[in-house]
Amino acid sequence: MTTQTNTSQTSQTGLKQWLTSDTPKSRWQAKCGRAWLGWIKFTENRLAMIGLSIVIGLILVTIFAPLLAPYDPLAADLANRIQPPSADHWFGTDQLGRDILSRLIYGAQYTLLIVGLVAITAAPLGLLVGTAAGYFGGWIDATLMRITDIFLAFPKLILALAFVSALGPGLENAILAIAITAWPPYARIARAETITVRKSDFIEAARLQGASNMGLIAGHIMPMCISSLVVRVTLDMAGMILIAAGLGFLGLGAQPPMPEWGAMVSDGRQFLLEQWWVATVPGIAIFIVSLGFNLLGDGLRDVLDPRGGD
Amino acid sequence: MIEINKLNAWFDDNHVLKDVDIKVPKNGSFGLVGESGSGKSTVLRTITGLVDDWEGEILVNNKELGPKRDKAFYRLVQMVFQDPFGSLHPRHTIDRILTEPVNIHGLGDSDARVVQALEQVGLDNSFRFRYPHQLSGGQRQRVAIARALILEPKILLLDEPTSALDVSIQAEVLNLLSRLRRELGLTYIMVSHDLAVVAHMCDDIAIMNHGRIVERASATQLAEGTLEHPYSQQLYKAAGGYDRAVIDSFVDWD
Repeated sequence: MTTQTNTSQTSQTGLKQWLTSDTPKSRWQAKCGRAWLGWIKFTENRLAMIGLSIVIGLILVTIFAPLLAPYDPLAADLANRIQPPSADHWFGTDQLGRDILSRLIYGAQYTLLIVGLVAITAAPLGLLVGTAAGYFGGWIDATLMRITDIFLAFPKLILALAFVSALGPGLENAILAIAITAWPPYARIARAETITVRKSDFIEAARLQGASNMGLIAGHIMPMCISSLVVRVTLDMAGMILIAAGLGFLGLGAQPPMPEWGAMVSDGRQFLLEQWWVATVPGIAIFIVSLGFNLLGDGLRDVLDPRGGD
Repeated sequence: MIEINKLNAWFDDNHVLKDVDIKVPKNGSFGLVGESGSGKSTVLRTITGLVDDWEGEILVNNKELGPKRDKAFYRLVQMVFQDPFGSLHPRHTIDRILTEPVNIHGLGDSDARVVQALEQVGLDNSFRFRYPHQLSGGQRQRVAIARALILEPKILLLDEPTSALDVSIQAEVLNLLSRLRRELGLTYIMVSHDLAVVAHMCDDIAIMNHGRIVERASATQLAEGTLEHPYSQQLYKAAGGYDRAVIDSFVDWD
């Protein structure tokens, strides 16, 4: 028994030593060590940890929705309309007698889908446009940035509304519309960062190594833009959830009976004064998830900058 | 090894290099001296292709350079920048900084090459996976030299390689550069405003002012101070330290 604990302890310190070694033997070890240090730093930030747990919680809820939900999110029970929160229905029921908790749990996947898809389409697009514009300058810069300006000139929600009306209502089109309206600020940020570094010695040094334009943009300029971009994206995720909710609220996003949170707020607004929980509970869910992404983004910024600490 | 004839360069409307001629033999070491803004760094940057607007003839290894430099050129000619704090990518580890040129040129076996390059500049393996901000100025400049050497060039362009370092480190880096030239048979063109450094490192020197070479001399001439052109004498006096009477006697030569 004692020997067993001993070996497990030594193997643990062995792993820790391997991770925090001053002189890593291989690239793989150095990479693991850096990831480990980044994680340590991240865990020191309590707010960021709260954000991370909210986001992980959202992901878990999405995966295990069928196990967690006490009722079928779509099953109407008109005898039980608009019941207040009780032991049977923790968050009450809505106007069709559907359990709000179950609808929330099933709705998490749509929120995650919206945020995830927008982030993996809009951010890389903005990054590419911004770095290309900033790096090449001249007419490429002028063309790309004027296009960006045109998109920026419209209020996001209005533009998204226009796209959804053109594409037709539905969750996929709402996501597409949000992605189309979300990239211009990223392009702006990436361009600004690119311009500050493109004339620096380390870029010219890389050019003297024979690096191609694409290699320079992808390998040298993008890493300089990524940390501010990641923070901005995670901060924007709250806004994306809200726009998606707004589109849902206006009936242009998720279509009934899909338990999307924005649509649920919209449904509940008719009873807001007497049966407050119908609209308030999904509203609180939107708020918590937005907050989670905000906190996570803030914490990520500290970790992503290797100059922040040794 | 390098021959430059009637090199002229412009930054927009500024005529920054005027009919510069330089000839450096194989394994030679050539010094370009002058005050800030005299165009000495621009000569190096024009050779490496970082200046677009130029005219004249640049021959490297008896081959004339066109408007664009190819990969083969960068295997032959490398440059060390003045500021070791700015010339290393802040988000890349030393390992990545040194591996990248190996990968770009497809030399292979980057592991061994990186270790060897670090060894050549006197850094041990513990520096390999650090970031530039974890290194001192002298160590960074060694990394910058290692990066230049990893492609096994024959010509090294040194743009004030020690001016950003403090005096004790300067000597170390200069000795390192001298040793590398001896061992690897390199050809140097070194730019500096520090006459003592150039006198120590170079066989031949040229003194530049306002984009023009005003005088050519040998290292002994420079060390003894037997320079002829009045601007050269002025530069030599200025290097002697601050003296009010001397400064007051200075004129702007053009």
